[in-house]
Amino acid sequence: MIKASVYVTLRPGVLDPQGETIKSSLNDLGFSEVAGVRAGKYLELDLDTDDVAAARSRLDDMCGRLLSNPVIEDYTVEIEERRGS
Amino acid sequence: MRFGVVRFYGSNCDRDCYHVVSRVLHRPVRYVAHDESSLDDVDCVILPGGFSYGDYLRAGAMAARTRIMAAVEEFAAAGNPVIGICNGFQVLCEAGLLPGALMVNDGLRFICRPSLVRVEDNETPFTSGLQPGAVMSLPIAHQWGNYRPPPDGFRGRIVLRYSADDGSVTPESNPNGSWQNVAAIANARGNVLGMMPHPERSSESILGGEDGLGFFSSVVSWWEGGTSYV
Repeated sequence: MIKASVYVTLRPGVLDPQGETIKSSLNDLGFSEVAGVRAGKYLELDLDTDDVAAARSRLDDMCGRLLSNPVIEDYTVEIEERRGS
Repeated sequence: MRFGVVRFYGSNCDRDCYHVVSRVLHRPVRYVAHDESSLDDVDCVILPGGFSYGDYLRAGAMAARTRIMAAVEEFAAAGNPVIGICNGFQVLCEAGLLPGALMVNDGLRFICRPSLVRVEDNETPFTSGLQPGAVMSLPIAHQWGNYRPPPDGFRGRIVLRYSADDGSVTPESNPNGSWQNVAAIANARGNVLGMMPHPERSSESILGGEDGLGFFSSVVSWWEGGTSYV
């Protein structure tokens, strides 16, 4: 089994109204050092395979076709191998 | 001219669109299910508003990958008219049939109110009966209507822009932060149109306005009269 973590984030330069609002709230709470917030999505996928190279390529395909929207988003993938189960 | 109204799980303006076509325009119409694979018996496709698949992941993301959307892509590639309204607009962008993406409104809120829009382009099947520069009142009801063009440049057509009542396009008349006050766009060819306002909710005077009917009657005239733009 492979556990994959996919992080989907807004591309640099794409306005993030949610991040801006979170930043304002943090500033209001006294965290004045917060100069910027970008909000994104985190997804965990359990893959029924042990082939890391194949999994990486399949995950790229998944991110390109569904998990992220390349017009506004970037993604990064982390892979963790799990024994047993 | 026969219409098809596509229904995804979570579509909720499908019956309104069906009603306008059948009872106001008096044209044949049928529902098209998300898992159908042929559009051979329809001449115009309507992707209605709603919250398809709960807006999970991104608005329109799941619906854009259903079986029927492969047929819609083929249907559009042949030059046939396709209109996506609200969630339908989001689906068309997610499917790559229209350029760009719809993000959350800049105020983060769901906005439900009448909006004023100016006609920018009447050389599409759905706007062929409208006057360029005309200001119309159409209802909007969305949280993800903040249009962004693709990073490598916009190659579609701007069809409607949010404006003031005198037709001036101002920041104050922009309800959601949309790039260039965009309320509706079409592909370069003009046969695929996406709009955030709801014409099907404003096609009868009993509902407070008939400005929306022009989009449906335009495509009927275009198809039956043979005015060719695409």
